[in-house]
Amino acid sequence: MAVETSRRDFIGMAFGGFAAAGGIIALGAMKKTWDPLPSVQSAGFITVDLSSMKEGEVQTIQWRGKPIFILKKSADMPKNEKRDIVAGGSSYAVMIGLCTHLGCIPTWTPTTKQFKCACHGGEFDASGVNTFGPPPRPMDIPPFKIDGAKLVLGEEGPEYKKLVPKKA
Amino acid sequence: MAEIRKATGFIDWLDQRLAVNKFIKVMMTEYWIPKNINFLWAMGVVLMVLFMILIVSGIFLLMYYKPDINLAFDSVNYTIMQEVEYGWLWRHIHGVSASVIFLVIYIHMFTGIYYGSYKKGREIIWLTGMALFGMFSAEAFSGYMLPWGQMSYWAAQVITNLFGGIPFIGEALVVWIRGDFLVADATLTRFFMLHVLLLPLVILLLIAVHFYSLRVPHVNNQESEEFDFEDEAKKYLEGKKVESKVVPFWPVFLSKDFFVVGVALTIFFYLVCFHYDFAMDPINFEPANNMKTPAHIYPEWYFLWSYEVLRGFFFDIAGVAAMDIGLAAFGFANVIFMLLPFLDRNTDHVAPAHKRPLFFVWFWLLLIDMIVLTVYGKLPPTGNNAWVGFGATITFLVLFILLPIITKMEANCKCNTGGCK
Repeated sequence: MAVETSRRDFIGMAFGGFAAAGGIIALGAMKKTWDPLPSVQSAGFITVDLSSMKEGEVQTIQWRGKPIFILKKSADMPKNEKRDIVAGGSSYAVMIGLCTHLGCIPTWTPTTKQFKCACHGGEFDASGVNTFGPPPRPMDIPPFKIDGAKLVLGEEGPEYKKLVPKKA
Repeated sequence: MAEIRKATGFIDWLDQRLAVNKFIKVMMTEYWIPKNINFLWAMGVVLMVLFMILIVSGIFLLMYYKPDINLAFDSVNYTIMQEVEYGWLWRHIHGVSASVIFLVIYIHMFTGIYYGSYKKGREIIWLTGMALFGMFSAEAFSGYMLPWGQMSYWAAQVITNLFGGIPFIGEALVVWIRGDFLVADATLTRFFMLHVLLLPLVILLLIAVHFYSLRVPHVNNQESEEFDFEDEAKKYLEGKKVESKVVPFWPVFLSKDFFVVGVALTIFFYLVCFHYDFAMDPINFEPANNMKTPAHIYPEWYFLWSYEVLRGFFFDIAGVAAMDIGLAAFGFANVIFMLLPFLDRNTDHVAPAHKRPLFFVWFWLLLIDMIVLTVYGKLPPTGNNAWVGFGATITFLVLFILLPIITKMEANCKCNTGGCK
């Protein structure tokens, strides 16, 4: 009797073990199916020529489907050593133009020199640092490399690594 | 196998093979419903009817809709709205019923809360009901995104971004859910799959469990009176129909339900034909643009209360970021209703709210607070609006923290009816 019971228990446990292993493998496959496709992951590099920009002007370009704000700082804008990018002798503020609260796109207000997010009233200064409202941190700086007066987005250059260690 | 004899008719032929007579008895003619219930108990049947309308209108929309970011907007706004005969009608029926079904769900929920139908033996009904509410929310949200308009696109952007608030895995999780670095084609097709296949299947299954979970503890009634359903059913079957406290679901109870459904559908088709625009956001008639956010983002009306809880905290408290407090409050708001049967510490006693003075006040405060949250969820979160939203959010949280305390006080108060006088 005891022998029979333990045999049945063994069969039950063996079957259960196989089923659990198979289930975990299947879950892994399902997880991977939902991962971004290789074509999406290898989203390319973008080179931006900064030399034609005017002071105080904001340029918005698209990188990996996200808006990137590039602001050439004018003399009256405070410099931010931790965030500014210096290329060709001028300072630029470069950031992913998504509010760090919930990802809306803030708009540049030239009169107050602020980025304002209409969704929940978040405000950022000219360097992209959050100054008011729910955004928990400054706007993120995308990985970049400086190539003379050109900015290459998507590659982590030495200048990028020197800036705020925190990114997205 | 039972002995199969020559059938006397079609029903008998079926009965020998499928036991249809037994089935009809269990499900309809001998499924007992208390007499003492009002029109609010008909909301379940109204929901069932609305869900069927959603499925049928959805099937017709599905035949022309294209889940591709380049084609989706035009397939809805040109093909279905302009070219397909009566395509506009299916769309308006689908859009309006999606909105109205939430109104009825809320009435259904608050009826359950008012009459104490969530506790003592009926916990599973409440839990499956709340699971259904969650699934309907996911269903509505995934469907809202499909026309690929500006508002739905940014709603998807914001809602998927919420998962970024989860510690450590947040960022990666957002990319995984979207299948891209932003809401894109991969996101649209997987939401399409969820909306037309997986979530409806789960909803149908949950509806079956929700109905089944009602069979054992039976339907509550206006007085929350407890009686023996078997005794009362016996009286009814013996012909003492006036004396019996129950009636059969079919045909007696459904005749009343049909009347309520009739009134509900009259209002529904009035909305579909004359005021369909309330379920159609004007911003959604602009194609999605990932480089431009609409000035003011808000969800459909039925999510406004929890949206306002999410954004109610707009300043940091004790070094905790406002966003994280908001996310925590939002998470709280979305699970706390589920826990209602366990927060109500007056576990043994089921009574309508008007027989529970403290609970009565609690109930109406909650309802009013949720209306305030809904109204302010739609308004821009600036100046005084932000403070009203903050106050209403705090009130919401405090009400749920108070619930175990007041119901415990009620339980400790030894009155013969169980409630405080």
